[in-house]
Amino acid sequence: MKKKKGEGSILLTVILAICSVAWMYPIFMILMNSLKIESAITTAGAFQLPDSETFAGLANYANAINSQGFLASLWYSLFITVTSVIAIVICCSMCAWYISRVQTKVSNALYYLFVFSMVVPFQMVMFTLSQTADMLKLNNPYNLWVIYLGFGAGLAVFMFAGFVKSIPLEIEESAMIDGCSPLQTFFKIVLPMLKPTMVSVGILEAMWVWNDYLLPTLVLDIKKYKTIPMLIQYFRGSYGRVSMGPMMASIMLTVIPIIIVYVLGQKHIIKGVAAGAVKG
Amino acid sequence: MEKSLRRYAWIFVLPTLLAFTIGFIIPFLEGLYLSFCQFTTVGNATFIGIGNYIEALQDETFLHAGLFTVLVAVVSIIFINVVAFVLAMMLTQKLKGTNFFRAVFFMPNLIGGIVLGYIWQILINCVLSLTAQPLLALNATAGYWGMIILLGWQQIGYMMIIYIAGLQNVPDDLLEAARIDGATEWEILWKIKIPMVMPSITICMFLTLTNSFKLYDQNLALTDGAPNDMTQMFALNIFDTFYARAGKAWKGIGQAKAVIFSVIVVIISSFQLGYTRKREVQQ
Repeated sequence: MKKKKGEGSILLTVILAICSVAWMYPIFMILMNSLKIESAITTAGAFQLPDSETFAGLANYANAINSQGFLASLWYSLFITVTSVIAIVICCSMCAWYISRVQTKVSNALYYLFVFSMVVPFQMVMFTLSQTADMLKLNNPYNLWVIYLGFGAGLAVFMFAGFVKSIPLEIEESAMIDGCSPLQTFFKIVLPMLKPTMVSVGILEAMWVWNDYLLPTLVLDIKKYKTIPMLIQYFRGSYGRVSMGPMMASIMLTVIPIIIVYVLGQKHIIKGVAAGAVKG
Repeated sequence: MEKSLRRYAWIFVLPTLLAFTIGFIIPFLEGLYLSFCQFTTVGNATFIGIGNYIEALQDETFLHAGLFTVLVAVVSIIFINVVAFVLAMMLTQKLKGTNFFRAVFFMPNLIGGIVLGYIWQILINCVLSLTAQPLLALNATAGYWGMIILLGWQQIGYMMIIYIAGLQNVPDDLLEAARIDGATEWEILWKIKIPMVMPSITICMFLTLTNSFKLYDQNLALTDGAPNDMTQMFALNIFDTFYARAGKAWKGIGQAKAVIFSVIVVIISSFQLGYTRKREVQQ
């Protein structure tokens, strides 16, 4: 076994290389077809590269951006994701610290309620939530973070609480004895230690909020506001005969920013996911 | 410390608690109550007892959706976890390009369910028409396997990351000692590695289980239940009961279905957690 390691590992690398090319193929195929003219996007030609006759340049992309209010959707998605993630990371880390340090029946019950909310399917609350949101005027992109804070609190509190339990109490106690108020203790002592967990929570929640489809569809006023996933679904659902070119271009337009963010923050994202899961 | 902290409860807990109450507690309790009512909005509910539950359990589309969900869940859980574990084993061999491969396999996880669904719908329809078979809109078998492939593509990378983290925690000296004692690689896998990564297995099983039961976006985008609701899963069935059927009885029935669905998910996931947790070894 050991002796063969040299040959074996080359073989393994080749297998993995082939697998990863296959793995990326679906995205490559959409990219390839998004660059073709409409009449060339047929089933027979779907797997062929665009040539000089079928190449459409970026026409489909221009089409997708101009006709669909794409930029507005991009703004809504971005705004909702950023505000929600900030709210979740700050509020939930504070909440988790409190309920893990103050052990009462109420705080314990609250902890289990948060955990419970992670498991309950969204369909259970979707109808009543959309009505509550309408009533409280949370049905626009600028207030939607309140709903995401409420619905994302489960995972965030769970992960933060898991980490807080591993921090020795003495550090905080000595800070308090030295005259720090609980707020100072939290922001100056606890928060810096929580940073890795904050990155994990932030990444997981950002992936969820950015890609979420059903919640904004039900809560937002769909005539006025569409997030990116809603736009893609609307694109597909509202036209009798879908024009495939712009459709694929808009898919690529949602995938490309994700790939860019991923390439830039790959290490943090993968570490964050691994750390988040181990604590869970 | 506890005492002085308690006076600050409102700053630390209130923002999250308030949002949690609006976003989860109130809708949950209201939903529970409404499942016993006939209503079209929250305001006009009349209490009718357990009628909605009886209707829900007699609705054949709901039972079919349940069966389909279980079929998707069982096969996808096995498929995802086995492939993810094998990849994780390969990627902990200190090969060249490990980081690159890991990044590639993880990447689809970042794409949202709706977009994933359409990517695969386009791809699968192309393959089906090239091989002269009915397209997804008329082909439930392709819809089923398409769903499995899609779920694999989406989640294998994520689970692989978790398994890699687990495998890296297995101490080298333990493996070394086993090799010196003459254990084969196969024995090391089953007697040391798998028991040692049991916490990762617990998490991955839990995540894949809840993910596949709660699946909505991918189901909507890939087939939307076509043909004839044959490929409809629980969540999509409940959504349709709420919003796609005329008649004022349906919202109540939909809410009752949602309660049944929640109970199933909670029971199955706590059973699963208990089952695999028992098999974890203390390090």
